[in-house]
Amino acid sequence: MLDSSEVTVTADGRRIGGVLMDIRNITLRFGGVVAIRDTSFDIREGEIRAIIGPNGAGKSSMLNVISGFYHPQEGEIWFRGEKRPPMKPYQVARQGIARTFQNIALFEGMSVLDNIMTGRLTHMKTGLAAQAIWWGRAEAEEVANREVVERVIDFLEIQHIRKTPVGRLPYGLKKRVELARALAAEPKLLLLDEPMAGMNVEEKEDMSRFILDVNDEFGTTIALIEHDMGVVMDLSDRVVVMDYGKKIGDGTPDEVRNNQDVIDAYLGVAHD
Amino acid sequence: MLYREAGEFHTSYVQDGQTFPIRFDRYAYYAVLVIGFLVIPFVINDYWLNAIFLPFLIYAIAALGLNILTGYCGQVSLGTGGFMAVGAYACYKFMTGLDIWLPGENGEWVRYALPPINIFFSVILAGIVTAGVGVLFGLPSLRIKGFYLAVATLAAQFFLVWLFNKWAWAYNYSASGQITAPTRSIFGVEITGPTAQPWAAYLFCAVFVFVLAWLARNLTRGATGRKWMAIRDMDIAAEIIGVNPLAAKLSAFAVSSFFVGIAGALFFSVYLGAVEVTEAFGIQKSFLVLFMIIIGGLGSIFGSFAGAAFLVLMPVFLKNLLVGTLGWPTSLAEHTQFIIVGALIIGFLIAEPHGLAQLWRLTKEKLRLWPFPY
Repeated sequence: MLDSSEVTVTADGRRIGGVLMDIRNITLRFGGVVAIRDTSFDIREGEIRAIIGPNGAGKSSMLNVISGFYHPQEGEIWFRGEKRPPMKPYQVARQGIARTFQNIALFEGMSVLDNIMTGRLTHMKTGLAAQAIWWGRAEAEEVANREVVERVIDFLEIQHIRKTPVGRLPYGLKKRVELARALAAEPKLLLLDEPMAGMNVEEKEDMSRFILDVNDEFGTTIALIEHDMGVVMDLSDRVVVMDYGKKIGDGTPDEVRNNQDVIDAYLGVAHD
Repeated sequence: MLYREAGEFHTSYVQDGQTFPIRFDRYAYYAVLVIGFLVIPFVINDYWLNAIFLPFLIYAIAALGLNILTGYCGQVSLGTGGFMAVGAYACYKFMTGLDIWLPGENGEWVRYALPPINIFFSVILAGIVTAGVGVLFGLPSLRIKGFYLAVATLAAQFFLVWLFNKWAWAYNYSASGQITAPTRSIFGVEITGPTAQPWAAYLFCAVFVFVLAWLARNLTRGATGRKWMAIRDMDIAAEIIGVNPLAAKLSAFAVSSFFVGIAGALFFSVYLGAVEVTEAFGIQKSFLVLFMIIIGGLGSIFGSFAGAAFLVLMPVFLKNLLVGTLGWPTSLAEHTQFIIVGALIIGFLIAEPHGLAQLWRLTKEKLRLWPFPY
């Protein structure tokens, strides 16, 4: 799957491998509305890939296509060297793709710990009967997965709210818990839909640090949508720019910044 | 002062995840078990058995079952009465010898019957049959949600009651259309029938309650419970973390119906002894169990018990108070009792919408700080 010749090393010493996910000629329509038009890009193993664009450009739709909520009319998605058949979201999750949502999608009635433990569900295999008796395998599995979850909790520095019901947490912490839940799944590809929306500068800095650390320590491939250009340009290795459902730019932050189409899309074009 | 977690250090995840992490709770639980299994059986009499303990224990099982489906998995069901009826009739068929009709050599129908199955296994088999029926009626839950699902389960309620009224095979072709539990025993001790001793009937139900509550607790604290709660709280997010919604919902329907079926089987065989389906398992039974979990607390094992206790004990208590102490006429007392219980339910829900379990949780949080809350 991975061709070692494709491995490149970034300036800060991270290794970026071959193509993990290849998105080919995706077209997504809702009735007469074309949300995504013939868009292709790839995500390479170990990189941080940003998707940016003005409102309504089709970024979130693209993430929903990747995570199986929407099924595109045309195009293919290749994941780890294999073409992916049409999948339901839970099947996508079992392939090792985790995500967070633009509006927090936590389980409000459960504690932080339980919320993050749900991220381990794809790794828990004991059947209903074994769990009902809670003997041997079920308990051992629970403890083993709890250990993974505790590592994530330590990593994201949320030990103090472990047993707190999620409903009582402030917004910034909820975002962090949602990231923890996605991380607990030990995903191969992590999709973040506006991880910094609605945060103040300090919270944004924290979140940026966590995203970089996740990528650095676990080597997790990350694709993120973000509106804060400063964050995007600092964090990401490569950037896809979308506008009106089409890809208008793709490259390193510097390349994208100087791309005339991108500048036009964001700043407008003079009609004279 | 007694209720403290200070000084209790959990050094393993097993200890941290136990059901009663605080020592005081644990002792209280052991005390309840000792009283339940070693004291009550020796002092119980017919009145206490039939007025309080049997209804409480059996409704507690039904409430546990419905709480798994509605409280934990978020699927509203109004079919509890119907599923209890399935449990009752299945238990009846198993304990009297399940019969099937097959075409014989000359083309006529010949009846083959299994030998009667031991009452204990009859009850469990009844639960399994009900689980199957529950899964069948749970299938629409993938497509319909909330109130609409409640209406779909209401259809199950009416259909099942109609079925057991019309289907003569289910009541062994008895002329009255009733089913009557014959005398059955375990290890020579009579459990069902008119001559069964109160302590035997009590212990039989208490064992089921204990084991089922333990199973429910294990299921709800582990991966399965998290799947259910994830579906309840936000089904889209549940799907994105790898929960198959259909499998999760159907497993909740299966487990819930298993509990409710056992409750129905015990309600018929041990408690009532003879059952006419419209009367015993009508829509009011569905509502009664639903009220129990709402008042007790949705998504709480303790709440299922508290709700069942509240709705079983309150009428008995009021009756004793009004008729016994105040000397009111029975009919007046009975109707006043409806008014008072209804008012209490409304009052409770306004004061604490999350039920008795939440009230208990808040009390515990306060007790931890008592007597120095600052």
